[in-house]
Amino acid sequence: MTATTLDTPPAGPGGKPPAGRGAARGHRRRGRGRIRRGALPYLLLLPALLLELLIHLVPMAVGVVMSFKELTQHYIRDWGAAPWAGLDNFEVAVDFDAPVGEALLRSFLITCAFTVLAVGLSWLLGVTAAILMQDPFRGRGLLRALFLTPYALPVYTAVITWSFMLQRDNGLVNHVLHDQLGLTGQPTFWLIGDNAFVSLVVVSVWRTWPFAFLVITAALQNIPREVYEASAIDGAGIWQQIRRITLPSLRPVNQVLVLVLFLWTFNDFNVPYILFGKSAPESADIISLHIYQSSFVTWNFGAGSAMSVLLLLFLLVVTAGYLLLTSRGRKAASA
Amino acid sequence: MRRIRLAATAALATALGLTAACGGGSSTGSEGGNDKPDELTYWASNQGTSLEHDKEVLTPEIEKFEKKTGIDVKLEVVPWDSLLDRILAATTSGQGPDVLNIGNTWSASLQASDGLLAWDDETLDRIGGRDRFVPSALAAAGAEGQDPAAVPLYSLSYALYYNKAMFAEAGIEEPPATWDDFVEIGKRLTGDGTYGVAVEGGNPVENSHHAFVFGKQHGADFFDAEGNPTFNTPEAVAAVKQYVDFLANDRIAAVGNAEYAQNQSVKDFATGKAGMLLWQAAGSSLKAHGMKPEEYGVAPVPMQSENPPEGRNVNSMVAGINIAVFKNSDNLDGAVDFVKFMTSTEEQKILNATYGSIPPVKEAQQDEAFSTTDLTVLREVLSTTSAPLPQVPDEAQFETLVGDAMKELFADAAAGDEVTTESVRERLTEAQQQMQN
Repeated sequence: MTATTLDTPPAGPGGKPPAGRGAARGHRRRGRGRIRRGALPYLLLLPALLLELLIHLVPMAVGVVMSFKELTQHYIRDWGAAPWAGLDNFEVAVDFDAPVGEALLRSFLITCAFTVLAVGLSWLLGVTAAILMQDPFRGRGLLRALFLTPYALPVYTAVITWSFMLQRDNGLVNHVLHDQLGLTGQPTFWLIGDNAFVSLVVVSVWRTWPFAFLVITAALQNIPREVYEASAIDGAGIWQQIRRITLPSLRPVNQVLVLVLFLWTFNDFNVPYILFGKSAPESADIISLHIYQSSFVTWNFGAGSAMSVLLLLFLLVVTAGYLLLTSRGRKAASA
Repeated sequence: MRRIRLAATAALATALGLTAACGGGSSTGSEGGNDKPDELTYWASNQGTSLEHDKEVLTPEIEKFEKKTGIDVKLEVVPWDSLLDRILAATTSGQGPDVLNIGNTWSASLQASDGLLAWDDETLDRIGGRDRFVPSALAAAGAEGQDPAAVPLYSLSYALYYNKAMFAEAGIEEPPATWDDFVEIGKRLTGDGTYGVAVEGGNPVENSHHAFVFGKQHGADFFDAEGNPTFNTPEAVAAVKQYVDFLANDRIAAVGNAEYAQNQSVKDFATGKAGMLLWQAAGSSLKAHGMKPEEYGVAPVPMQSENPPEGRNVNSMVAGINIAVFKNSDNLDGAVDFVKFMTSTEEQKILNATYGSIPPVKEAQQDEAFSTTDLTVLREVLSTTSAPLPQVPDEAQFETLVGDAMKELFADAAAGDEVTTESVRERLTEAQQQMQN
């Protein structure tokens, strides 16, 4: 009977009004159904939310707690018992006159330089390749696939291959540069000393630029052909087209792309770790490795956590600042 | 309707399952017991030529134990570069193996973290007593005056490996006994693409072992009596400089050695690129690279002089692998039984003979398998002129920090920068300053 109440269309003006009780029940039903339907997305999201909480937020909170503790090897087994250190770990980390803080600052600056170079070059390569491949030509698909290969390879395999190629005595790079082309008087060290920084930038760019290429290629599909045709009729050359049509149209995509590349590169642990092992050469002492070294190698997890928290704060501030700036720019543009 | 309920139930079940899983992990700090007497997990270290090789060697032995006790043993061979991280993670989470191998130099550091079962006399008696083991090996299983944190399993020492053919060609009859001779011979062997010695300059752990031995010979200890670091004493500087100088100033090692970190030096020696090598139990690796046992000789590592004074007549660390029981084990009795099995005279003979190491169990050492020329050298060094690395909580940090400083010094030398007493002191001072606690 309830089912029919729900399914029968409302009685017409001349018809008998439905029984009061039945109508009320039908209403409640509908209300509850709506709540249920409203709750469904949340229910379905629940597992993801819980996992997010467990995998991301809880460890992050634990890390923040750890940074206030004197968590050395004496306490790792029962780290609830580790004494509170207050701000000691942070003071050590930011005391730039003392050795530990000085080393952290150095590592931070190296990371900044590395990030600027790697993101800049990746973006430049990505945008150039994407624009060059905007117009169809024979073999375009093949080239696109080829360009995406570094992104498709597992990072460990790819970077370990690089580390073999960069070896001084038996590496492919020196074999070509020194043995075959004779460009260098002596075989070059690529994995130790100052050149390690160059190697790191090259490998990192090699790994990330396909992502920039992919995203920009997708974004270029959205720029209507007609705009280019119209501008060509108006006499715009290729450079003007790029400057006045392509780049402005890419602006929103670029904003997100650069942010993502920045975060990935600044935080990258895999590439330097696989390339250099547990202790990077001084010139390539990237902050993620430095923090790893400070926690795992010297067994001082409190200090390591404090450095991680500082890094987190820095990245949050940069991201927030960036989003604020770019959204203001967008608003101004749309106004 | 039913679907929504199903989704809700599934979500709830997932949530409960996850929290339960976390709850299970919170046994940190609690003691182990004997709740699961039928199973054991064993983390073995990489002793053979590969992880697979280790599995092949250990599986038949472990099957003997399983047959005898009915305990199911899960074996995992953990590579060296991740073993310590894994142990630290296990200690932190309380979720680890029941039995595990550790590098014996980590003993005191791990002892301080309190994750391993202490071997008091009563526990030691369950595996046959303290007296079964070589004292120097047992001394490298924990801080002095405390119950050992582990039991010695395989003993190793450094030795000087030399290429007989290259020595004969250069008219050298005897392996060097002093470093002066070593450098002189090295210079005679260097030329035409070959070098006197190969060093693993990019490997911090290897570097730190040499720093320790050279340190002992110069009278440097790297830690004072309270366990505080003394990395940059004049003696320590002289010791580190002497080793780095093989590449930097004596030039008897190839500059490329500065980045060696994957045992390339063993390969260089085996293929005749270098005439000498300072290594522990290199036999099986040399064989893997195609060098036959009759092609190389083994001698003790040189000293500073023919007759060094007492206390400075050290030419190797007490190297080796210890076996330990994880305190949080749910099968403590079974774990101790497994250690008893692995340190039994019979197993000691089989395993050490396979790996080319020396049994730290006295009775097993008598076996003639360990009387070959090279193992006799290792055995004598171990019993007379070896010393354990400092058994202090910060030892692991010494290996990394001093080893890294030496890696940077090698890199400086390779880049053509001069390595001086001053530059060595600077690097070692920086290393010491990174020790905060």
